[in-house]
Amino acid sequence: MSRFSPDNLRTALEILSRYPRAKSATIPLLHLAQEQDGWVTDDAMAHIAELTGTTPAQVLGTCSFYEMFKREPVGTYLVNVCTNISCQIMGGEELLHHAEQTLGIKAGSTTPDGTFTLEDVECIAACTEAPCLQVNYRYRHKITLAEFDALVDDLRAGKLTDEIPAHGTLARIRQHIPADRAAGNADPAGAPEPVWLAATAPDAEGASS
Amino acid sequence: MAVTDAPKIISSRFGYTDSHTLERYVATGGYKGLEAALAKKPADVVEEVKTASLLGRGGAGFPAGVKWGFCPPGVFPRYLVVNGDESEPGTYKDRLLMEKDPHQLIEGVLIACYAVGCAQAFLYVRGEMALAQERIAQALNDAYAAGHIGKNIHGSDFSVDIVLHWGAGAYIVGEETGLIESLEGNRGLPRLKPPFFPAAKGLYLQPTIVNNVETLANLPWIVTNGGAAFAALGAENSKGMRMFAVSGHVKNPGVFEVEFGVTTFRDLLYAPVYGGGIRGGKQLKAFIPGGASAPWLYPEHLDVPLEAGTVGKLGTMLGSGAIVVFDEDTDMVKACLRLVRFFARESCGKCTPCREGTTWLEKILERIVDGHGRPEDLDLLLDVCDNISVGMNWPPKQTTICPLGQSATTPVASAIMRFQDEFEAYIGAPSEITVEVKGPAFTRPPEHVLEAARD
Ligand SMILES: Cc1cc2nc3c(=O)[nH]c(=O)nc-3n(C[C@H](O)[C@H](O)[C@H](O)COP(=O)(O)O)c2cc1C
Ligand code: SF4
Ligand code: FES
Repeated sequence: MSRFSPDNLRTALEILSRYPRAKSATIPLLHLAQEQDGWVTDDAMAHIAELTGTTPAQVLGTCSFYEMFKREPVGTYLVNVCTNISCQIMGGEELLHHAEQTLGIKAGSTTPDGTFTLEDVECIAACTEAPCLQVNYRYRHKITLAEFDALVDDLRAGKLTDEIPAHGTLARIRQHIPADRAAGNADPAGAPEPVWLAATAPDAEGASS
Repeated sequence: MAVTDAPKIISSRFGYTDSHTLERYVATGGYKGLEAALAKKPADVVEEVKTASLLGRGGAGFPAGVKWGFCPPGVFPRYLVVNGDESEPGTYKDRLLMEKDPHQLIEGVLIACYAVGCAQAFLYVRGEMALAQERIAQALNDAYAAGHIGKNIHGSDFSVDIVLHWGAGAYIVGEETGLIESLEGNRGLPRLKPPFFPAAKGLYLQPTIVNNVETLANLPWIVTNGGAAFAALGAENSKGMRMFAVSGHVKNPGVFEVEFGVTTFRDLLYAPVYGGGIRGGKQLKAFIPGGASAPWLYPEHLDVPLEAGTVGKLGTMLGSGAIVVFDEDTDMVKACLRLVRFFARESCGKCTPCREGTTWLEKILERIVDGHGRPEDLDLLLDVCDNISVGMNWPPKQTTICPLGQSATTPVASAIMRFQDEFEAYIGAPSEITVEVKGPAFTRPPEHVLEAARD
């Protein structure tokens, strides 16, 4: 496993169909690979290269630039504590230290049982709700140290699986463009002036002169 | 205080628990702006937006209608790329707009595509925002089914697809040319401008309009109510309403939609309906007026209105509408280090002054905080800044491909010039500053502040 499963291959082809150039689908397909395996494997990158008409090295080049793509296994739950400015001054660093103690690991590492990976992250756009964190990119706003411990307990006990899927799954709702409603891709190599613009252009010029 | 009773334009549905649904959107006037736009010629929609003088809300504050006009005539296809990468520290409003009112954004995208003649739109949502991605996906699916997007929209000859695209974690991808590189499947390295101004040579080197989420969310209201009604709100160059996130040491941190141009910093920080004052009865020490990249302001600036030009004259900016409030107990050296660490981590590495400079700024600040600072370090820090942005002036001079490099110098110049004593306390010795720092916001405290400190 690691190349796309038949189901995921179908999803991959649907994603590819929405871009005028296949390479644009690289990041969405890397997300799909990470959803399938929990991290991005070399085989998945090779498969993505085939699908996007690029090379595995090009896919790796893109993949390695982005923090969300993990090229080795991480915990089922990725806990990202924000310590950037608004959180820093509202206790974000204390929250991170507390998380390190509760989980028994340093930021940047994974618990031995593979359940949690802890990260010290940059602003996650919840600054007015500081201190805050994300578990697999689901938010916890204004979280106290006691609430953090309760969250860890709940995650360990499997109580939050409905809200928080395992690492790799991002949005659980996907876009689908119905074939009969699609306008189609705009080919960068040449497309005519859009009809609605062309149809009204002479009038518009007439009106302004 | 000038807390105005201007109508909410973009957060008007935030009070509904089902504000993100198509039913609620349509029941509250949704897709009427699109209908109104389709009844006009595209050029007239552009005029309406120019009349509104809607400034971009992503950071640079460029007028949207003017930007749209930069697409070279006769070159097609044109693309629209929505910048939903919100990651400037302190900034929190685009995520809310995407989670709570995705249809309003979609309608704004459609209006912009119709007006500019874009044949395809890409909605780039920051990777870490799973709920926003879900809400937008659902909204797009529902809007397609209802005939608001796709082929022959509302039975007209206007056809466009909107493609939802997720990022994957990189602040620099918020920069518009980095965003385009990322959308092409590459590392998010910014492109050199010129020649790569997106409106001329953007996605796939075709004319591309990049607009911020909040900018586009204003369009349904503008087209429905007219550009003049929008321009009647606000003052001078800053028209309409605007979202500001007020975070840090206030009693009620929150995201507030306020009248642009007339509301003051004091209103936003102290009015009971907004920030509610500094928590714990403390004094205000400083605030960041426009996100991590903006030079800091101080208590003597509280009565300045949130007006782009006025704030620009002070030597800073409203940027992404992110106000971070520091009370009297804040350790400004540590705050400075944290901001610099952000820029050092997020530098894409393409330009030497930014890549090396931010790294060294972080290392020197770290040694100061660790108690190993040297008296000459403050001059050294400013010298490194001077190499990234000559003279530390405003508007900043740029030695790099994109503005991230110079942004990293603003917390350093702000903190050292204003709070030199705090650095000296860490270093344990006085230091002399010889590097010239020109930006008007980078100044020593006024005499009355120094006097109060001496007492
Ligand atoms: C380093 C950097 C990061 C940026 N991040 C964002 C961002 O997250 N969201 C955004 O809308 N604009 C961001 N911008 C500004 C964009 O380059 C661009 O000006 C903006 O998206 C244009 O939209 P507007 O005219 O509607 O504001 C950033 C700029 C720089 C230099
Ligand atoms: S200024 Fe920094 S972030 Fe911007 S292109 Fe250069 S190295 Fe990259
Ligand atoms: S600074 Fe922590 S969410 Fe913005």
